[in-house]
Amino acid sequence: MIYPDSKTILEVRNLCASVEGTPILKNMNFTVKSGEVHAIMGLNGSGKSTFSKVLAGHPDYEITSGIVLFEGKNLLEMEPEERARTGLFLAFQYPIEIPGVGNSQFLRLMYNTVQTHRGKEELDPLEFDDFVRDKMKLLEMREDFLDRSVNAGFSGGEKKRNEILQMALLEPSLAILDETDSGLDIDALRIVAQGVNQLANKDNAIIMVTHYQRLLNYIVPDFVHVMVDGRIIKSGGKELALELESRGYNWVSDEYKAASRVAA
Amino acid sequence: MSVVAQPSSGYLQSLLAGQPKVAASKQAWLNKLRSSAVETVSELTIPTTRDEEWRFTDLSMLTKVSLQPAHGEINLSASEIKRFYIKEASNRLVFVDGVYAPALSTVVAKEIIVSNLASELAKNSTLLQQHLAQQSKIEGNVFAALNTAYLRDAALILLPRDTQAKAPVHLLFIATQKEVVSYPRTLVLADNGSEATVIEDYVSLQDEAYFTNAVTEFVLADNARLHHVRIQREGGKAFHIANCAATLSRYSNYQSVSIALGARISRYNLNVKLAEGAECSADGLAMISARQLADTHTCIDHAQPNAISRQLHKCVVDGGAHAVFNGKIMVRHGAHHTDSQQSNRTLLLSDKAHVDTKPQLEIFNDDVKCTHGATIGQLDHDEVFYLQSRGVPHAQALNMLTYAFAAEIIERIPVPSLKHSLEQNVLEQTSTQL
Repeated sequence: MIYPDSKTILEVRNLCASVEGTPILKNMNFTVKSGEVHAIMGLNGSGKSTFSKVLAGHPDYEITSGIVLFEGKNLLEMEPEERARTGLFLAFQYPIEIPGVGNSQFLRLMYNTVQTHRGKEELDPLEFDDFVRDKMKLLEMREDFLDRSVNAGFSGGEKKRNEILQMALLEPSLAILDETDSGLDIDALRIVAQGVNQLANKDNAIIMVTHYQRLLNYIVPDFVHVMVDGRIIKSGGKELALELESRGYNWVSDEYKAASRVAA
Repeated sequence: MSVVAQPSSGYLQSLLAGQPKVAASKQAWLNKLRSSAVETVSELTIPTTRDEEWRFTDLSMLTKVSLQPAHGEINLSASEIKRFYIKEASNRLVFVDGVYAPALSTVVAKEIIVSNLASELAKNSTLLQQHLAQQSKIEGNVFAALNTAYLRDAALILLPRDTQAKAPVHLLFIATQKEVVSYPRTLVLADNGSEATVIEDYVSLQDEAYFTNAVTEFVLADNARLHHVRIQREGGKAFHIANCAATLSRYSNYQSVSIALGARISRYNLNVKLAEGAECSADGLAMISARQLADTHTCIDHAQPNAISRQLHKCVVDGGAHAVFNGKIMVRHGAHHTDSQQSNRTLLLSDKAHVDTKPQLEIFNDDVKCTHGATIGQLDHDEVFYLQSRGVPHAQALNMLTYAFAAEIIERIPVPSLKHSLEQNVLEQTSTQL
């Protein structure tokens, strides 16, 4: 939702990033305010997943220029764990399996670490158990889910639900959902979307990175951005996603090229 | 490869010096077994890195330490060793520097025999003669031969037909004397359809150099099922060389988990021979740091058709430590429908950590399903990033992932309290190392 007097959560200015010397992000500009839901759409290789990993601080990407302010602070100076504690959350496209580490143990460690850094009380195992089970209901998750190893042997849908559960526990001010709909059947998609919608409020913001319009039927964006070749070339409302779905991406590129020629 | 001087036969002679003091047994066959072992030793030398089987494990350090046979006095009270007890294992045999300590041992089992060899020799002479030193061959194996040359007593477990041991049996071998060599020995005979869990546990109460030279033998009759847990947590300057052999009859099942944490230099040879339809798993974890060397050589011999073997061996190597894994899978003529999987995974935690790994498949048969593989690597940085992105500090993320890597093996131990305490050990070790 777009609220009046909302504060700026994320401000990306002229961001350029490369991986192993190959530029991927080329002058990315992007602003998110509290309460807003953004969708970044684009074809494979457009740089949209890179953008989400760069925001979360993945070490493979080198920032070559540009500024990213997260709630007014220089995000690029922070370690990935600091970004998480400050309130940035990335739901992974491919959540990592960690056999041998119990899911409940992991979730509690994560929760307590972040709580401590926000100057709040930690929860002991019993308190945490109640707390997490409550959140699990939101995502219609089975009880035995806590006893298993982190993501190990989880189905695609279970992994994505586990990501949203983590989001529910950490209560980030900015959640980036990277291809959260990929690999989900309609039921799982509905549950995940319902979870996200319940977590959205006027103080936080959500960025969905996706190349299908499908997810946007369930989590309705305030803004839709089209990313091509490492930058956003068109922005619009939720109707833009529908247009992309029916017309594809080429027309946006053509329009952009034509506009660039005119400008030149 | 470093060049090693030919060790003098004088070293072996010094190890054998105490042998004539081993009291003669009333059983002529046992005396004969020992004397032929002495002969075998005199024909052999301490292996060097020029021996293919010892290429990566240099024993010259061992030959430089002057070692005496351990004296037989036991000055230990239960309170000093209580911390090694395993809650579930209500049957416990304690050996101190290789010598049976009846006062420290507890046996409650009525359904099975848990005892020492010396007490059972007269009663079960024929049975023992038939199996003792018949699984672990001494030919060409100087350490097994040395152990047999000193063979007087042993941990003995006899599982009668179709009996299921109610509780695990804990064989606790404690090192207390420095600069001594001890010869722990174990024999487990599982009759048809019997079932048990045996924990073989090597610990130390001192930090100086000593040498444990152990031999363990398992004989599984048809349909017997045995869990073998082996924990090597010797002192930091110890030498530990052990030979274990398991002979599996038709449709028997041997599940072994071996954990190597201690010793300056350790070597574990495991030989499993499978008859028709038998199943085994031989999993291992070596977790070492500083200047430790842990060498595991296994040979799984599919001698007959339809047998199944599974092996996952993991090494976690930190500091300047060196892990060695050599896993041989043998599929003999006529061993049709053999199903074998082997995997060796190593985690190197420092630039100086080192591993030599060699899977070896020898297949003399077409109709088989055999897979094997080895991976060596550092922690996956995508996994580290995932944890960091959830607020976990970098160092703690490394600890967790190292722990998880090791825990996959520890998880396979079917004794909850032991599993838990080892997981705690590993957790503490990873947190101090990284």
